[in-house]
Amino acid sequence: MDKKLEPIVKIVQDKFGATFEEFRDEVHMFVKPGNIVAALMLLRDEQNFELLSAMTAVDYYPQSEPRFHVVYQLTSIVKNLSLQIRVPLNGSSPKLPTATGVYDVANWRERELLDMFGIEIEGHPDPRRILMPEDHEGHPLRKDYPLGYEEPQFTFNFDEIDLGKPYAKE
Amino acid sequence: MSQIEEVSIEKFKHLVSERALTGETMLLNMGPQHPSTHGVLRLLLELDGEIIVNCIPDIGFLHTGIEKNMEAKTYQKAEVMTDRLDYMNPIGNNLAYVMAVEKLVDLDVPPRAQALRVILVELQRIASHLVWLGAFGLDLAAMSVFLYCFRDRELILDIFELVSGARMMTTYIRPGGVWRDVPVEFEKSVRDFLKIFPRRVDEYEKLMTKNPIFVDRLVGIGYLDKDVALQYGVTGPTLRASGVDWDLRKARPYSGYEQYDFNVPIRTEGDTYARYLVRIDELRESLKIIEQAMNKLPMGAVHSENRKFVPPPRSEIGTSMESLIHFFKLWTEGFPAPKASVYSAVESPRGELGMYLEGDGGPKPHRIHLRTPSFDNLAVLPQIVKGHLVADLVAILASIDIVLGDIDR
Repeated sequence: MDKKLEPIVKIVQDKFGATFEEFRDEVHMFVKPGNIVAALMLLRDEQNFELLSAMTAVDYYPQSEPRFHVVYQLTSIVKNLSLQIRVPLNGSSPKLPTATGVYDVANWRERELLDMFGIEIEGHPDPRRILMPEDHEGHPLRKDYPLGYEEPQFTFNFDEIDLGKPYAKE
Repeated sequence: MSQIEEVSIEKFKHLVSERALTGETMLLNMGPQHPSTHGVLRLLLELDGEIIVNCIPDIGFLHTGIEKNMEAKTYQKAEVMTDRLDYMNPIGNNLAYVMAVEKLVDLDVPPRAQALRVILVELQRIASHLVWLGAFGLDLAAMSVFLYCFRDRELILDIFELVSGARMMTTYIRPGGVWRDVPVEFEKSVRDFLKIFPRRVDEYEKLMTKNPIFVDRLVGIGYLDKDVALQYGVTGPTLRASGVDWDLRKARPYSGYEQYDFNVPIRTEGDTYARYLVRIDELRESLKIIEQAMNKLPMGAVHSENRKFVPPPRSEIGTSMESLIHFFKLWTEGFPAPKASVYSAVESPRGELGMYLEGDGGPKPHRIHLRTPSFDNLAVLPQIVKGHLVADLVAILASIDIVLGDIDR
């Protein structure tokens, strides 16, 4: 671990009871969903992590506790450091408090989580789908969502496939 | 018809001002087929006369599910999809992905391959900036710049064709090195380009930089504050034009960028003109890097000797049983990666292009997330354009240089 990162990891550990893992010089800290906003606030204001570089989630289906990990990749420009925060979420009703109050970039990134993983973001100012159409059913990046494809329509199976299509018929 | 309109206002109620609901301001669609939205981007504008009160970007028209598709492919095959991600920067995307894979499986890259990567990625940066410069001129009604820029971009695409066989979707950079060594003509074509191009940049500058119409339309337009930019995760030239010195090539050198002497252009004005100047300077800096890399291009192997991840050369397959087995295993099964995750980022022409890559012990990735710079750079647009005219929106949008393939993934 980077020497400059050690005290920061220590602070987050003590304050929020976080644990951490290391892999290829990266530090991944595990924080509970209830503490995430406070932890991000602390890292931004006191430890100069000005940039929320990336925010995404990983689905560990069929494992259900925790099913998801939400990943926050933080960057400090002043100190030239990176830190990854991971928030484990349960599969039954995944909920996460919004981080838009800390980083504005979280707004679109959280909409993406909502869209792709169906993770409910509590207190989000604009909870709409972002990439998929509004009337889309399901959350494509979940592991139980099939990769799937559209069967090509030929003359012999045109009507059969047409019946199953969702578009309005009058 | 009237029913549809009512529903659409209802949906955006929390995003527009009170006056939109009473009909005092007008809601107007810009895009998705508008030529200056650089792809299929829809902007819902709330207008008070010509002045923008609110701007609501609507993205996803080009969403192709690249992340999901990559999860279903082996590490080598998934790379092909990264070419299609940001179609102005395919080699840069290859590099970002391949670096993440190399970090995950801990693979070495020989120095010649590193230098070749740098040369090609910098050529790609120039090509990308040329498209941007051309489209920027076009958006401001300077048609000729567009044609000149595409003429020069063609020289770069010819070099890509020479080394990889494809002009755009090259997949030339591979885990452990590059696909194969460059042909003998490579040196001459790059040297020719290095000779021609500096004069051409001067020419563009003569056309644009001090052109009074151009300057009038850009100076003071679309001011982006440094703190706002950081809050919105803006990176790349757009951030550097707001006075933040952050370039991953300097801050966290990869692929041997630490050996080359180059500057990172910074401007503090934060307006559209500053973003233009930063990119013009970057063209020259990229040339410097290419020249240095060409001068000290080392000889030697272009891919790693680690046969668990890199296929053996064709000549060995006929004589060595192990090589045949490795070759067969790599292309049918792929190579396994540990059950862990890495995040690695490179500086693309648009900003920080990050790859979050997680393996599950098998030959396919468990999860790939593409942290694309255009996504966050576009998210800040509503903050910049408020209070500007619709005509300025076109200039501002062009100046932050978005690529829709990069945003929608």
